[in-house]
Amino acid sequence: MGMAITHAIASGMGGMRAAGDLVARMQIARGMKIDEAKAHVAGKLKCSVSDLTDPILMNEARDELGLGLLHPYGGSPKCMEAKFNIAELLEIDVNCVQRFRSHLSASNL
Amino acid sequence: MSTYFSRMGDGSAIEVTAEEIKADLIEGSEDAADRGNIPPLSKEEYQHLLDIFTTRAKFVSVEPGNEVILTYDAGTLKIRRVGVNADRTLALQIYEKLLGADTMELSHVDYSYKPVKAIVGFEQPVLEQALLSTHVPLFYGAQPNLGLYSQPDGPFPNPAELLPKGDIKGAQASYEASVEDLVQDIVYIAECMIESGADGINLDTTGAAGDADFQASLLAAEQIRAKYPEACIELGMAGEFVLGMHSELTYQGERLAGMYPHRQVKMAEAAGASIFGPVANTNTSRSAAWNLARTATFMKACCEAASIPVHPNMGMGVGGVTVNDHPPVDIVSRSSKAMTEICRLDGL
Repeated sequence: MGMAITHAIASGMGGMRAAGDLVARMQIARGMKIDEAKAHVAGKLKCSVSDLTDPILMNEARDELGLGLLHPYGGSPKCMEAKFNIAELLEIDVNCVQRFRSHLSASNL
Repeated sequence: MSTYFSRMGDGSAIEVTAEEIKADLIEGSEDAADRGNIPPLSKEEYQHLLDIFTTRAKFVSVEPGNEVILTYDAGTLKIRRVGVNADRTLALQIYEKLLGADTMELSHVDYSYKPVKAIVGFEQPVLEQALLSTHVPLFYGAQPNLGLYSQPDGPFPNPAELLPKGDIKGAQASYEASVEDLVQDIVYIAECMIESGADGINLDTTGAAGDADFQASLLAAEQIRAKYPEACIELGMAGEFVLGMHSELTYQGERLAGMYPHRQVKMAEAAGASIFGPVANTNTSRSAAWNLARTATFMKACCEAASIPVHPNMGMGVGGVTVNDHPPVDIVSRSSKAMTEICRLDGL
């Protein structure tokens, strides 16, 4: 509690509770510094940078775009399904998504 | 005169005046500036730190819009360490769903690359299944841990036994031989995990065994980057400066021994690292204010020098955080806010 939760609340972006995982993906996939990564994600979500840590607004956006939800419901995209949508939205290659595709036979694509 | 609750670097509670806090902030920053040959903090930054330390709130946070990305080392280990009987995939789900993690790292309980080599075939399916049941970017990580390559744990003569005998050349030769084996092990495991779908590879606590450990990490990052141009490689340090255990090792013509974070990051960039994790160590006998100002001075210089994202280590005993297994929320939140806002971090 002292370390992980404190940092997450004091200065973190909230992970998939908001859009922290999406901003992280831009640092990982493109090596973007924080301001550029936030601007890229905000542009794709059509929101302001300050909205990226708002859990209410981000939950609505994630639901609409199929990006995975903190509280998933029956039929909502989850996990790998959500990562397919994240890769497409952010226009990045996600390694496990690429691998998943490569493991499917052509008739299943 | 008003006093404020604060702590020493070991976590023990103290009562201090604003004047005492300010004096410690200046002294801590000037210590870092002197050691690293970098600028101390500005008057405005001292005032910002003083404001953070003199707020009566137990918990403080960054202003909205200043949030940064969190990366983790040994996250899945930390769930087991406290005795929670969760397997690693469940631990990852706990972090992403319950702890607000922006990213996560899968790791083996023996958190070093060498022991993972023998069981990597068992680690890959765990990673692959974890990737199917999580959302946030997932790293695979371990420590280079060069110490495992010398006797009695490894094949090469132990430099810690050779150096007291005056066999400097023998110790240096042992380090150099160890570097070759360590690079092979790191690259092999990184290849396996990237082929299994990892979003990134974390080389955590690099330089723990000194300049040879850091050199091996840089060479491994270079080889991983050459084979996987798109892969994310996070390289985190063990300490604030590189110990010269060999003392004459170089990378791209630069002597590694004695490097501080603002120079280490240039080595990481040259090696192809995607994210750099610098360290400033906590001095247990100095105040939290002294430690935090000192850390912020090192990290600010590092961030200004960096062209890749910088995520300083801010766990127990580093990054202005107290040395105690039970880090207090008051100091961790003050360190988190101060470092993020003063150093313009990309993450932590």
